[in-house]
Formats: sequence, C-alpha cells, structure tokens
Amino acid sequence: MTTELRVRAAQALGRDRVRANIRRAMDGLIDKRRAAFPDTEELERLRDQGKAIRDHALAKLPALLEQLEQNCTANGIRVHWAQDADAANGIILDIIRRHGGTAIIKGKSMVSEEIGLNRFLEEKGVEPIETDLGELIIQLAQEHPSHIVAPAVHKDRREIAELFNRHYPDEPYSEDIERLTAMARRVMRERFKATKIGLSGVNFAVAETGTLCLIENEGNGRLSTTAPDVHIAVTGIEKVVARLEHLAPLLTLLTRSATGQPITTYVNMISGPRKPEELDGPHEVHLVLLDNGRSRIHADPELRATLRCIRCAACMNHCPVYVRIGGHGYGTVYPGPIGAILEPQLQGLARQGELAQASTLCGACAAVCPVRIPIPQLLNRLRFEQAQAGRKDAGAGAWMERHLWRLWAWIYASPARYERFMGLVTSLGWLAKISVGPWARTRTAPRIAKRSLHDLAREEGLSND
Amino acid sequence: MTNTREQMLARLRTNPLGEVPAPELEVRRFAWSLDEAVEKFELMLKAVRAEVYHVGHDWPCLLAEQLTQAGARNLYYGPEGPLSQRLTRGWPETGPQLAALDRPIEETRETLFDQADAGFTSCVAGIAETGSLVLWPTPAEPRLLSLVPPIHCVLIERDQIRSTLHELIVQESWCKGMPTNALLISGPSKSADIEQTLAYGVHGPERLLVLIQ
Repeated sequence: MTTELRVRAAQALGRDRVRANIRRAMDGLIDKRRAAFPDTEELERLRDQGKAIRDHALAKLPALLEQLEQNCTANGIRVHWAQDADAANGIILDIIRRHGGTAIIKGKSMVSEEIGLNRFLEEKGVEPIETDLGELIIQLAQEHPSHIVAPAVHKDRREIAELFNRHYPDEPYSEDIERLTAMARRVMRERFKATKIGLSGVNFAVAETGTLCLIENEGNGRLSTTAPDVHIAVTGIEKVVARLEHLAPLLTLLTRSATGQPITTYVNMISGPRKPEELDGPHEVHLVLLDNGRSRIHADPELRATLRCIRCAACMNHCPVYVRIGGHGYGTVYPGPIGAILEPQLQGLARQGELAQASTLCGACAAVCPVRIPIPQLLNRLRFEQAQAGRKDAGAGAWMERHLWRLWAWIYASPARYERFMGLVTSLGWLAKISVGPWARTRTAPRIAKRSLHDLAREEGLSND
Repeated sequence: MTNTREQMLARLRTNPLGEVPAPELEVRRFAWSLDEAVEKFELMLKAVRAEVYHVGHDWPCLLAEQLTQAGARNLYYGPEGPLSQRLTRGWPETGPQLAALDRPIEETRETLFDQADAGFTSCVAGIAETGSLVLWPTPAEPRLLSLVPPIHCVLIERDQIRSTLHELIVQESWCKGMPTNALLISGPSKSADIEQTLAYGVHGPERLLVLIQ
C-alpha cells in the first residue's frame, strides 16, 4: 500500500544525517527529563494534578473563556474570537494594518504555524520576523519546524553555519555554537529595537486574573511582547486554566517534561498593556482566541483528553516512530504521537486519518505525558473510526483484511481449532521466508521453530492450566 | 465579531460539560530553614550560570567593582526604585557611570539599546526550588531595565526567599491583583536550539549578577 505517509516516511528514513541529528537530540532530552524527576512519587502526584487541572478547565471551558474575556477586558487587553485560521489571520492583519505595520517580530508560536500566519502575512506584504533561534533557522531555510519545542532539531551546526553564512555574508563564518548564537543576537538586535508590532503564542491563559503566561529561555519572547507598541497574542481556546495557582504545578510539569529544566529562564505573566504612569510595555495588547476545530474535539467525551495537552513534546521525544522519521515525516504542523491524534481531529479523518497508523502503540507516549493523555487508546479509537468509515468505500484490500480478521476470530474462538491451526502453521514454517516478503529485504527473516511451544510444553509434562 | 463569539461559545455549551470538581491542590512547598532555602536558591542560580554574591551594606562598592571588571561603562537604574538611594549613596566615584532611566521608552529606546551596558533592579521575591528572581516591574523600575542591557544586576534580601512558586502565589494572594507584567527570571538568557548545546546570552542579558543581602 503506497500512501502519502508511507512515501514521506520512506524518504525520511533515507535521510541519514537528519536521523542521526534527531536520534542524538532525543536521547539527550530523554535523559534530561528522567534526571529532572528523581522522585517518582512526586512525578505521579504532579501528573494527577496536571490532569485534574486540565480536565476541570475543559469541563468549564465556555464559562472560563467568558471569565477570561471579562478579566482581560477589564485589564485593558482586547479579546478577539476566531472560528478558523482565515479568521485569525484576518484579525491579525487588521491590527497590523491599523498601525501601519510592515513587519512583526515573533516569539515562538505553534498556533501561528497552525494558521499559516507567516505565509499569509508575506502575501499581504508584511514581513514576519522569527526571533527564536530555532525558528529563525527554520525561516532562513524555508522549512517548517520538525519538533514543537526544538524546531531546528533536525539540523546540525554545520548546516546552520552554512545557512547563516549564506544569509549573513558580512558575519564571519563559524561552526562554533556560541558564535552562531551571538550572530543571531547581533542580527536581531536592530529588529527588536525598531519593530513596532510583536506577536507571541500563549502557554496558559488564566481566567481568574486575565493573565497570559509565556515561557522561554532566550529573552526573545519577552522582547517581542515588551519592546513594541503593540503585542498580539494568539492561542487555541483550550489553553485556559481556571486559577492562577494552577500555573504552579503545570509550569513545573511542562519545563521538566520538555527539556528537563526546573524552570525556563523566563516566565512572563502579562496582565495588561502599559498603564499611563508606566514607562514601557506595549500600549495595546490583543488576545486572539482560536477554535479551528477544537470545539469539535471538545464535543467528544473520550477524544476531549487530546485538548489537555500542554505542548511539552515529551511524547515525541520518547516515540520510536518520531525518532526515526522526525517531524517532517508526518507532514503536519504537530508531529509525533500528539500530532497523530490531534491532526486527524483538527483536519478530519479523510485528510489525516492515516496518521493514526503512525504508531506502534508501544505506550511510551502515555507513560511520560504530564497530563496523562491516553494517546494509544485515542489512536485506537481513531483507527476504529477510520475502519468504520473505510467500510463504505472498501476496496479489494479492505475486503481481504476484513475476511482475514473474521477467519482469525473464528480460529481463536475455539481451543481445538486454535491448536490445529498452530500445528498447521508450524509444519508450514518453511514457507515463512517467502510470505514475509519485502519486510525481510532489510531484516533477517524470522525462522519458525520446527515444533510448537504447546508441543514442547506437553512433552515436559505441563498442562494448559 | 460578536456573532463569532456567540457561535463559538454556543457550540461549546452544547457539548457535554459534566461536573468536574475544582482540583483541591495541596500547596507544594518544602520545609526548608532560611539557610537551607538560601543555599538551594544559590545552587540553582549558579547551575544556570548566574553569578551570586553574599553582600553586606557596602554592596554598591562590590557591584561597582564587578561591573568595572566586566568592562561596563554605565549602570542604568530607576531613580524612584526602592533601592536607588542606597545604590547612589554607596556608589564609589571610580565606579561605572550611574544612569537614571526615568523617561518613557519612546525617548530612551536608542540609548537603552545602544548605550546601556548594565541594568539594576530590585525584586519582590526569590524562589529557592528553581533559583528564580521574581520581578514586578513598576513605573520606577520599568520592564526593559531587566531585559535590554547585557548585564542585569539584582539585589535580594534573604528573607524574601520562598521555597516554591506555589507557596509564593498562595501566601502573597497573587490572584487578588496582578501587575501588568510579572516575571520570573532564572539565570542569564540562553538557548539550546543548536544541537541541544547550551549557549548563554541570546537576546536577553548575557550575565545575571545576584546580590544576596
């Protein structure tokens, strides 16, 4: 079966350098996360709290969004509601145009990737300037992030050195990481100083106080939200939490799960624009609340757990599929296990349903998820739905699959049938090399034992009990 | 637009909401003595390459000395800030030039971005668990003072240090009123976006000097 996903995955598997870069990075992130949670009991307690906080917020979502709007508005933040990507892009462009902006400085935002903001703004003659180091690298390379926390994780220092050298010919060529980082600082400094409009995502929006919480390490997020005259924050509607106090467990879960840091360098809590007596900060703060399919996910009691996600990326760091094909192998904005459940729901099973197959169901994602999203269970649910939908327009392959499973069920329903069948399989073991076909092209084909385990056990005098 | 809002909310309201109780969170804190808390605070800050000094009343002299060694020509500060009198009174004549930041950013943007070598602020609290400085910028000490100059210097008093963020938020009743901007700062600016290798001094300050009194 040759499908888009399989073609992309095969291509991704062929990119040795990318695979090595991702493998190295993920191994590092796994170790750092483990070291950050030395106390397993504490971790499990925190995960319970994280889940409870997010479940509570989702159960009260409409009321909390209203409360958030009310408190933000009272604080002077202007709240906008966007049904989909087009609406969100339109709102953002309107704000930029009203201020005569020709460029915006951007802090890292996955929602802005989701709505395709950069491309939209470029078409409208507005320059989007990515300021996060990883995002800058991706923007210069004209690629998409391959990881939701570390967007340029698939590139190594030599590629980045060549990229910077091409785009910043006045800067001396270097493959030294500190020098490359310093280069990004020099290049961005003028843009931070001169650009009048900044845009960011939101990690958590607190309904109780009308506060937007943003975390980052570089300072570009603070600069993008503090130095310009106007700050636009864009977020999915699910990012709301009820109380300010809820930030404490969520922040410690998020930063430790993501990169093993006890906390990020900066935690930035914004509760309004500059007051008349203040000397700096934006005169206007806008909050764009994006639905884009989230209310549909919210409608299903089981699938709703998807919206608990706090975007730490631990699931992809630990995923055997992600580690091998990388973010670009998925072909969607959100990759990895969370992408495999989120994207089919945001875009529909017809377009992205196949993503639910991009998993071995090993369960590593669920084991590390800080808010206990049962990702394998949800993957199965989506696979089931897709199979149901597939029946209607089933091709020959689906007919074959269905009947094979029926046969399988019939055989496994009776011990006698099962035993006779296994005996048959064992005696026909010599055929195995042929029947595993392409699978054995790059692997050693398994050899089936001459006698079955049942047989051997019986000989040892063991009974079925 | 109001229409969109109503549609979005209406759609969510028709979804099964159920009764999910508000989570009862026990406040996460550690029963550290003040000495233990200060020790942890210092350890965590140093782990992310912040520079920590234990100081007495002559802290302005020590600060001036460190800044001179770093090659800083000036130190920006808020003249109405809670520590400004102590700073200016104790500042040695041979130290870097003290520069008051008391005009709106529209008038000071050029000098702050192009001239400032160091910025000095107070803080409202410290968090031992994570080695975090808690800043609530005010008209007297604006937000960019802790962000734009390449060196950020902070004075904290020992008894301002709490064990966790959770303890601080609850004890100080933050939910009753947040400032326009509240910040936790834990070390100098850094990035690991290239090969997961830490490099310090990206867009925020390259150095963070913490004076504990």
